Amino acid sequence: MDRRILLNNIAVPGIRTFEVFRSTGGYLSVMKALKEMTPDDVIEEVKKSGLRGRGGAGFPAGMKWSFLDKKSNKPRYLICNADESEPGTFKDRFLMEKIPHLLIEGMICSCYALGAETGYIYVRGEFKYIVGILNEAIREAYQNGLLGKNILGTSINLDIHVHSGAGAYICGEETALIESLEGKRGNPRIKPPFPAVVGLYGSPTVVNNVETLCNIGFIVNQGGSEFARYGVGKSTGTKLISACGNINNPGVYEIEFGLSVREFLYSEKYCGGIKNGKELKAVIAGGSSVPILPANLILKTAAGEERMLSYESLAEGGFVSGTMLGSGGFIVFDEDACIVRNTWNLTRFYHHESCGQCSPCREGTGWMENVLHRIENGLGKARDIDLLVSIAAKIEGNTICPLGDAAAWPVASAIRHFRHEFEEHVLHPESCKNSAIRQLDNVQIRRLENV
Amino acid sequence: MFKVTIDNHTIEVEEGTTILQAARMIGGIVVPPAMCYYSKLKESGGKCRTCLVKVAQGSARDPRPLPKLVASCRTPVADGMVVQNITSQEVIETRKAIVEFLLINHPLDCPVCDQAGECDLQDLSYDNGKEESRFEEAKRSFRVIDIGDKIQLHMNRCILCYRCVYTADQLTDKRSHGILYRGDVSEISTYIQTDVTNDFSGNMIDVCPVGALTDKTFRFKNRVWFLNPMNANRSCSKCSGKVTAWMRGGEVYRITGRKDQFGEVEEFICNECRFEKKELSDWTIEGPRNIKRASVISQNHYEKSKKPSVILPLENRTVSLDEFKNGSNNEIQL
Amino acid sequence: MGVALVAILLVFKDIVKDIVGVALVAILVLSNEIIKNNGIMLDKIITHPLHEKKNSTVCFSETALFKVQQIIARYPSGKQKSALLPLLHIAQEEFEGYLSVDVMDYVASLLNIQPIEVYEVATFYSQYYLERVGKNVIEICRTGPCAICGGEAIQSYLEKKLAIKTGETTPDGLFTLKAVECLGACGSAPVMQINTEFYEYLTTEKIDKILADLSSKAKEEKPEKSLWIEEFF
Ligand SMILES: Cc1cc2nc3c(=O)[nH]c(=O)nc-3n(C[C@H](O)[C@H](O)[C@H](O)COP(=O)(O)O)c2cc1C
Ligand code: SF4
Ligand code: SF4
Ligand code: FES
Ligand code: FES
Repeated sequence: MDRRILLNNIAVPGIRTFEVFRSTGGYLSVMKALKEMTPDDVIEEVKKSGLRGRGGAGFPAGMKWSFLDKKSNKPRYLICNADESEPGTFKDRFLMEKIPHLLIEGMICSCYALGAETGYIYVRGEFKYIVGILNEAIREAYQNGLLGKNILGTSINLDIHVHSGAGAYICGEETALIESLEGKRGNPRIKPPFPAVVGLYGSPTVVNNVETLCNIGFIVNQGGSEFARYGVGKSTGTKLISACGNINNPGVYEIEFGLSVREFLYSEKYCGGIKNGKELKAVIAGGSSVPILPANLILKTAAGEERMLSYESLAEGGFVSGTMLGSGGFIVFDEDACIVRNTWNLTRFYHHESCGQCSPCREGTGWMENVLHRIENGLGKARDIDLLVSIAAKIEGNTICPLGDAAAWPVASAIRHFRHEFEEHVLHPESCKNSAIRQLDNVQIRRLENV
Repeated sequence: MFKVTIDNHTIEVEEGTTILQAARMIGGIVVPPAMCYYSKLKESGGKCRTCLVKVAQGSARDPRPLPKLVASCRTPVADGMVVQNITSQEVIETRKAIVEFLLINHPLDCPVCDQAGECDLQDLSYDNGKEESRFEEAKRSFRVIDIGDKIQLHMNRCILCYRCVYTADQLTDKRSHGILYRGDVSEISTYIQTDVTNDFSGNMIDVCPVGALTDKTFRFKNRVWFLNPMNANRSCSKCSGKVTAWMRGGEVYRITGRKDQFGEVEEFICNECRFEKKELSDWTIEGPRNIKRASVISQNHYEKSKKPSVILPLENRTVSLDEFKNGSNNEIQL
Repeated sequence: MGVALVAILLVFKDIVKDIVGVALVAILVLSNEIIKNNGIMLDKIITHPLHEKKNSTVCFSETALFKVQQIIARYPSGKQKSALLPLLHIAQEEFEGYLSVDVMDYVASLLNIQPIEVYEVATFYSQYYLERVGKNVIEICRTGPCAICGGEAIQSYLEKKLAIKTGETTPDGLFTLKAVECLGACGSAPVMQINTEFYEYLTTEKIDKILADLSSKAKEEKPEKSLWIEEFF
């Protein structure tokens, strides 16, 4: 269970440079695709591979590609979503920083398959140094004839540009990202139409996550069915899991789907157990947006089966006793962590990041934050807990984009699994172990700071 | 032509028609409330979520229901689609919640608001509101500003429907009016030192569903329900000159566009007609205008001691199609 | 008139929660002056951020202008507005780290768009500053994963050490402290970013050292801006 696809050569010194990357077999897929395969062949292999989007939603990449409007005679675009802002997720940054050519390689093959002559990499504004690394990699690719006009002597032209965001989580949502790339506010668009039909500049557009695109090289080289031999069931391939929180070895790990959560958490090879010998309390398994699970439910499903790292196993039990793989941000809480404070913290995040277009999310996220902040600061009332459940339920599913859901799920799941803790905070606010860091602050109910 | 059924009424519509448009063709109480959509403004809609409806059957080909409620203003019909508006308890409950969201930061300052009596939000909350507010936090608050010498902005009342921005974008050639910041501190604003002076900018007042944008030239600030709306016209080189003149005695208090039963103007009018022609002699009066008398004030709702519950589900009543087409909520005895 | 007002109040009587609220509204009705200031919630008033335009002449350096042309060329012709976000980054770098109205108007003219389109964008994204900031902007991550690893303690240590609150700038103009959301480096929590540099696994000792280094560096020359622009755009 420790075969790798993406990070095989990560330890090779100088892998960030074109020369070294090439010497480890890099860019072979570009030659294979352009010289031996038709674009449809590539799409077919990606479909066969069962590769699912690694950005959060897990939508099959091949299927997404096949939705691209073939009838349109407008130019097509591929956008790489490198906005990575989901709390707990830092795998794309790792890929781009350590092995940027893997992404460029994947993008060239993908653009060829999609018939796109321009690709953009939308990097979140905070990653300025990553922009430098990517630009250098792109420059090397141009120099070596892998980008530009007539790639490798074929009639294929391709330009890839890096575009820098400026601090907005919502721009990770694909239509908000497109708006932002057009130089506008990051307001998600109303779908349909989907980007595959009306995307960037009104043209057919595919948006894929960094990790998704990094897998394409392998699929082209080895074939989709070889890729599908990795993993379990419909979770094919490997996944980068970024582990953080109260564990001994935080970091980015490539796991093959099917690894048990227990092994991932406690084995020295991965997280190495809970820090300072403490007990595990809870895990958010897929980035801050997915439901939090208490220790017993993350290790075993409600039916008593060992829980595995895969799309299906993590979702086992639905929202009652399961969660989601999401973006692979694995946040671990030890026994001392305060769930109420953490829920408030994350809700504050969503409140801060809501674009403000639609009323349930604009008004509801702030409302939830205020109520949670009150509870956290010892000003909660018993009925506040049900109020939170009801606000979350009314945001969920009623918004333009999934940020509304992402804001509602953490609250709903925290109360579902840790209701006693919320009640305790209402009844005996002073009893929380965390009260030391609680800066019973200037209870600024509404936080408006922008700087 | 696509066949679509909304709250048990079936109608045939052109391909590309939205659910809301189809519902408006049927008319009456099957029409979902729309606070942000404006048929005359491209790209409007989808934001306020008051028009959410349930699609009980996606289409004849694929009869599965859609998993979530959809914004009827931005969702095109499919052939054989079955939609539930007020016949779905889920829709009614959700709409209540949306109204609650829209109101939590709303100042509820109707007594001092120029829009009172013709405010879509007032009507909406009357029809769909909850009994009491569960919101105990401080409301957000903005200062009142003038945008230009003719229009005043009460940002506190704004529900961020974006209609005024689309108006500025689509009717005027140089937009100077837009949305600043994000999330719940977003605000509508022009930028410093630039007045909204374009010839058609006054239409922002008409499209605004609440009292956020109001007419500073509204003479003597009379309450709208003391005024008589009259169809009036004049020959104007910039617009059709067809307006509604709000009068009392022989005096013209205010000029607006002519609004239809869904609160939308029939035609946009120019600023000269709206702001500068306030003498009776400026206008040819055609006669009284039948405006939508469904608003809170015109229905004398306030005299009733008990607030009506949410509109009755259709199954419980038999109403003919004609009744629907002609009648406003007015005729339904609650 | 009075009857009608009471009438409207009745409409919302269920919503207007308490008697105080009703009384307040009633008082407001009486006082036109207060109405003008819309005084219902006088305690929290947000001032308009786009302060006076100074009409000073603004122009990018030659290096920057060259870069601007390169950036615009990345997008199809007619879609030059796409270059807005990168251009605002450059503008901030060129003009003292923040975007004044004059600078934004200048960017609008470079891209041939309306100034409001720039303001809309500049106020949406959290990395653009409309007001002057310190030479070093300290962005301390305050989101969940960092918070459970001691990020909050680091934040209050920074506040204490710099003797400012989050959101403020030190009197010498050297540091602005800003709390930001997840920086995508949760594995090395707690994390902060200063300008383009990430600082990870923060402890109070590390903070002491970082601040001391930056303070002494500030006395030296700032690196050539053009280098910065070359590298990151
Ligand atoms: C609020 C929100 C934030 C998102 N942030 C990201 C992100 O930072 N990175 C990412 O790759 N996808 C993000 N997504 C998912 C994208 O919308 C989109 O599904 C993804 O880029 C598609 O790529 P994939 O199919 O390769 O996963 C986000 C979605 C939402 C709703
Ligand atoms: S759900 Fe939130 S972030 Fe998404 S469009 Fe609506 S307001 Fe914006
Ligand atoms: S000012 Fe009026 S029209 Fe403009 S967004 Fe606000 S509510 Fe809508
Ligand atoms: S009218 Fe449809 S969402 Fe506002
Ligand atoms: S939470 Fe601090 S970097 Fe992610």
